[in-house]
Amino acid sequence: MAEPEVTAETPAAAEEHAAHGAGHGAHHAPTGFVRKYIFSIDHKVIGIQYLLLALFSVVLGMLMSILMRMKMTWPDHAWPVLGWLFPEGAPGGVMTPEFYLSLVTMHGTMMVFFVLTTAPQGGFGNYFLPIQVGADDMAFPYLNMLSFWTTLLGLVVLVSAIFASGGSVIGPTGGWTGYPPLSAIGHLLNVPGQGMGVNLWIISIAIFCVASLLGALNFIVTLLNLRTKGMSLMRMPLTCWAWFTTAVLALLSFPVLLAAGVLLFLDHNAGTSFFVPGGLSNGTTVIDHSGGSPILWQHLFWFFGHPEVYIAILPGMGATSHILSTFARKPIFGYRAMVFAMFAIGLLGFFVWGHHMFISGMSPLTGAAFSVLTLSIGVPSAIKTFNWLGTLWGARIRFHTPMLFAIGFVSLFVAGGITGLVLGQTSLDLSMHDTYFVLGHFHLVMGVAAIFGMFAGTYFWFPKMFGRKMNETLGKIHFWPTIVGVYSIFIPMHAMGLVGMPRRYSQFYEMLDGKLVWIYNFNSPTYPLIQFVSWAAIITVSVQFLFIFNFFWSLFKGERASDNPWEATTLEWVTATPPPHDNFGGRVPTVYRGAYEFGVPGAPEDYVLQTTPDETGPNVAYADEAEGQGRGSSNGNDVHG
Amino acid sequence: MGRALAVFLWVMTGLSVWMFLSGKWWFPTAISEHGPAYDQQFLLTIIVVGVAFVAAQAALGFAVWRFADTGQATRAVYSHGNNRMEILWTAITAAIFITLALLGQRVWWGLHLTEAPANATQVHVVAQQFQWNFHYAGPDRVFGRTKPEKISDETINYIGLDSDDPAAKDDTVTQTLVTRANTPVQLTLNSRDVTHSFWVPQLRFKQDAVPGLDVKVHFTPKTVGQYEIACAELCGQQHYKMRAYMLVLPPEEYDELVALPQAQFNKRVGELVKKYPVNTHF
Ligand code: HEM
Ligand SMILES: [Cu+2]
Ligand SMILES: [Cu+2]
Repeated sequence: MAEPEVTAETPAAAEEHAAHGAGHGAHHAPTGFVRKYIFSIDHKVIGIQYLLLALFSVVLGMLMSILMRMKMTWPDHAWPVLGWLFPEGAPGGVMTPEFYLSLVTMHGTMMVFFVLTTAPQGGFGNYFLPIQVGADDMAFPYLNMLSFWTTLLGLVVLVSAIFASGGSVIGPTGGWTGYPPLSAIGHLLNVPGQGMGVNLWIISIAIFCVASLLGALNFIVTLLNLRTKGMSLMRMPLTCWAWFTTAVLALLSFPVLLAAGVLLFLDHNAGTSFFVPGGLSNGTTVIDHSGGSPILWQHLFWFFGHPEVYIAILPGMGATSHILSTFARKPIFGYRAMVFAMFAIGLLGFFVWGHHMFISGMSPLTGAAFSVLTLSIGVPSAIKTFNWLGTLWGARIRFHTPMLFAIGFVSLFVAGGITGLVLGQTSLDLSMHDTYFVLGHFHLVMGVAAIFGMFAGTYFWFPKMFGRKMNETLGKIHFWPTIVGVYSIFIPMHAMGLVGMPRRYSQFYEMLDGKLVWIYNFNSPTYPLIQFVSWAAIITVSVQFLFIFNFFWSLFKGERASDNPWEATTLEWVTATPPPHDNFGGRVPTVYRGAYEFGVPGAPEDYVLQTTPDETGPNVAYADEAEGQGRGSSNGNDVHG
Repeated sequence: MGRALAVFLWVMTGLSVWMFLSGKWWFPTAISEHGPAYDQQFLLTIIVVGVAFVAAQAALGFAVWRFADTGQATRAVYSHGNNRMEILWTAITAAIFITLALLGQRVWWGLHLTEAPANATQVHVVAQQFQWNFHYAGPDRVFGRTKPEKISDETINYIGLDSDDPAAKDDTVTQTLVTRANTPVQLTLNSRDVTHSFWVPQLRFKQDAVPGLDVKVHFTPKTVGQYEIACAELCGQQHYKMRAYMLVLPPEEYDELVALPQAQFNKRVGELVKKYPVNTHF
């Protein structure tokens, strides 16, 4: 890994750049509104489009979660508004069990696909991966645009399920995992939502798979081919490693889901029997299918599903590492170990899907093997945690809002991940499987931790994206109730799981003649927890509107941001705020060092930009244009030194 | 800010640990032979998990308390890591995790990977929306043939028992699982429509009932009483109340019961269900 030569650009090289620029076509900023903001091929615009798509989806998903909590906690209460909105789903304002199940399914699908898989990767990754590696756009800008619009189409189809699934439900009722036979022949058994609802659900997911594939290809090629001078792999920010690993996982796992989805669609509509065995009955007649296996679906689904949870969390890990180091004013501890751990997680992630299937009827010996592999994947996860702590040790932590959320991420990741040691053991999963213990586990580690990663990323990168900072005070007011709230919601769920509460139950008790009667007596100790969790959820969700307010208010009224407001080191902070259409204004940044050079002894400041050739000298943005030879005007960068 | 965050992390950790230690929310008492081994493995795991959880959160809290930027003149420690420590903590976690994984196979092995004892009572479990059916072979110990064409809710033939088969004559089908205390039972689970899951918290195991597949599991109930059976795999709108009961009867009472023909059998079960309060131990 030789240091790149530092030479002033020769006229020939300059010409080459110009020619390259002209040939690319993407360098000239479009002028029309439609090409600039709607059908844009600029990765930055597309990134923001993804973020807005995720914001829409998360609001919908959150509202659904509140409705679920309301049904579960006050099962017979009439909410007139709901009766008016959903005359059949909530007749007289009382939600039906099938309405609840459609909420569960839509909430899960919305959150996993359209929030966790879009914002961290399609949103932040799209915006910042090219900039952080010093490229002027994604490798395939048109493909990028296509992948966003395909994703949006998928979302539109899913949302249409709210209206088209049949009156009493707002979507299919089989859960986000859509296990057949329920999803394949549920309509023959008169299960609400399992007709058109299932069709739209599969189509939406299939479209989403295609979109993710396009996106993944683009990420991989961009990262491998378009790195700027001096940006060796081991100098990349950990965010780039995370987005890259995520893209590889997506590339290998989404096709399997796509194939499974097509087969399920055929079973559901065309009378095939990939997942439906023979000899089933609806109580009167025999169902006309034979030869399929319900467990086959589970294998295909979880072969995708487990990597998917890493697709959801890896970008959050990347952002957290990036932000922790920046605000700790310290290099990341164990950069190499972090990269290897990430790859180990990605690789092992393909060999553990069976831990979702211990109870499924799969061969018990297979279960035992999956169990050992599953606990092994805990090792690289632990390595990451140790390194985050190592990064904070001896730091000079600046507690800005992004840092608060990044620290929150670490705490939540530990809290949620560690119970994987329980669920990953075949023996213990015998009891814990499909209980609220699982709900607590995955919401903390995949749901909320990933959301914290997104919050951290938003507060951190907002100034770069929009030229204004988000309001710090509001940010902190947002942080505190949110972290208290998410722990209050999801920690008690573990206790509920111990007691035995199964998931996907629309209610646990009912009111008979004004008396509370438990459907299962064994659940009765959980009463105070159910109440507590619901109130915590209502409050926590309400607080999120502070974030949305802050977001839009700061777009227009926020404090103006300089090019490098956090005194960070990576390339996104080298260029202007917001970055010009081609990211570096026709210039080519050259990279001289690793991504996290904070607190370097002897350096004039406590951070050294990746583009600074000499660490004992001032920070420099474009060293290859030194001595005033640089083309073009200064872009007002205040870190030129 | 750092101190507030530290205090929050510690308090949250304390409350979480309290929640597990308080005893308010814990498993119901185990009633099967493998129950104590399960509880022991759970306890061991939760202690490891708890110690790791407390240590990590406490350390995180300590770091944000101790290493805040308070305008010190000196910079943060300039370090890119420490390979020895990386190797050390990788080795330690790997050793702990793999040990847990291996220990965590014991109960599993007993339930699923050993043959049921020869004296085990055989029960066929046929799940349906939204009900459990338990099929007993009767005195001849041979299960009558079942056929999907024979399934008819109207004539109360939920599992399609074929009355043409002589072996079916003495079979009984009930909606309550009756077992004999201290005698092994082998369940063979199946479903006639969608996937369900047999779940009794006091038994410390659940098992999916998968259409098209016969899944076997065996256990020995120890404590006389009546326990709730829940469905733990989403199966449709009434999934939340797909309830049945399991009776664990004293041997004499059990032997008396299973000698009865179908009609009296169900009547007697109705009486026993009243006799033993739910989830109470004797
Ligand atoms: C305020 C925050 C949230 C609350 C109160 C909440 C609540 C719930 C509830 C009540 C269920 C259904 C439980 C059941 O009956 O089985 C559920 C399921 C689920 N949630 Fe959340 N949730 C929240 C946030 C999230 C987030 C951020 C994600 C992921 C990004 C997420 C992903 C899921 C998934 C995948 C399921 C499973 C759906 C299924 O069983 O098919 N949730 N959540
Ligand atoms: Cu998994
Ligand atoms: Cu069921």
